[in-house]
Amino acid sequence: MARVSIGLTVNGQAVSAEVEPRVTLADFLRDELGLTGTKLGCEHGVCGACTVLVDGAAVRSCLMLAVQAEGADVLTIEGLSHNGLHPVQEAFWEHHGLQCGFCTPGMVLTAYAFLQERPDPSDEEIREALAGNLCRCTGYQNIVAAVRAAAGKLAAAS
Amino acid sequence: MKPPPFGYTRPRSLDEALATLSTHGPDARPLAGGQSLIPLLNLRLARPSLLVDLAFIPGLADVQAENGTVVLGAMVRQRAVERDALIAQRVPLLAEATRLVGHPPIRNRGTVGGSLAHADPSAEYPAIALALDAELVVRSASGERVVPARDFFVDLFTTALAPGELLTAVRIPVPPPGTGWAIQEIARRHGDFALAGAAVLLRKTGDGTCEHAAIALFGVATRPLRVTAAEHALTGQPLTAESIREAAALAVEAIDEPLSDVHGSAAYRQRMAEVVARRALEEANRRAGT
Repeated sequence: MARVSIGLTVNGQAVSAEVEPRVTLADFLRDELGLTGTKLGCEHGVCGACTVLVDGAAVRSCLMLAVQAEGADVLTIEGLSHNGLHPVQEAFWEHHGLQCGFCTPGMVLTAYAFLQERPDPSDEEIREALAGNLCRCTGYQNIVAAVRAAAGKLAAAS
Repeated sequence: MKPPPFGYTRPRSLDEALATLSTHGPDARPLAGGQSLIPLLNLRLARPSLLVDLAFIPGLADVQAENGTVVLGAMVRQRAVERDALIAQRVPLLAEATRLVGHPPIRNRGTVGGSLAHADPSAEYPAIALALDAELVVRSASGERVVPARDFFVDLFTTALAPGELLTAVRIPVPPPGTGWAIQEIARRHGDFALAGAAVLLRKTGDGTCEHAAIALFGVATRPLRVTAAEHALTGQPLTAESIREAAALAVEAIDEPLSDVHGSAAYRQRMAEVVARRALEEANRRAGT
């Protein structure tokens, strides 16, 4: 199929490419740009591992085609922090909010987007916000604790 | 888990999109937010030859109020519905239902028109459109027609849309002040598809007599259903715990073609239809003013 030209911003860098229409944003980020921090679990929108931010909103990059990202501003886990760990990442580390780490980039970016909207959430709201992200290791308790701690860190920093 | 090859076009006007859909017929599929279509492509359950991306067409993502009606463009994102002050005030049932659609990352991309046109029997929006007596605005290269929600949802993932036709907007009559409303569903996790759900609108007089009842079920049959037998049974009767229980029991009889799958058997969904119908009627009754 004819390739389509796209231009977008990824982690603050302008990117232009010719892509096959069927290439998902997740595969484009991983295979074309080498940004393999974005993980692919289920590839049909159930697990949340591939979550990235598009124009500031958390989205499933497996449920978006690269051609749909024309003109968009994309943030992946690689772009979250340029100088050490982001406070959300720090909180996951300190509270043991991960074991194997496969779901973590999606968890961190989902939490990051959620905390921007709701800086002081209840535990129930944290659980609802993370309900679309699956973790098969932790049992979620420490992930909820990490997001709660991240909210405190972000509030203290602002 | 990778989509089969397809072409892609990015029309900049509605006329251009309609001309493309008309030329390519059923091989072309409109792409709205992609939250249902892209999983089907990834799983290779859909094999269109061309995707027509609607996201770059101006004017399809507006929310407008006119003459007692709220009009939502087909490309209004679900997240925008959730945050819209006008919708929260005039059609709170729609605002509440939206919070049950998938998860925030799904709603950030998913659209009103995409959900309605996909017609998943377990989805909230088709049932809401039925309960609210919404009208769907359908355009094609040869003109426009308006389809009442009750004629739009035909079967499993099947609507009244013909090849070359595009759902461009939904018109929702604003319920009169005092209308009680509720949506109740049973799902494995928050954001999962409902195993049984009910959306209800109720109006009552000063002495508690039911003036109007609309009851729509989802997740239980091949398409969303209005439970007209229960609506008729309630109308003109006092709204009591007893009359609500009897009406909810009629919900089961409306289920002509029950859904049954690994997530929930037909028997389970039928039992739960009565439960969600009763809960939604009770909640709508509490909210209804006189």
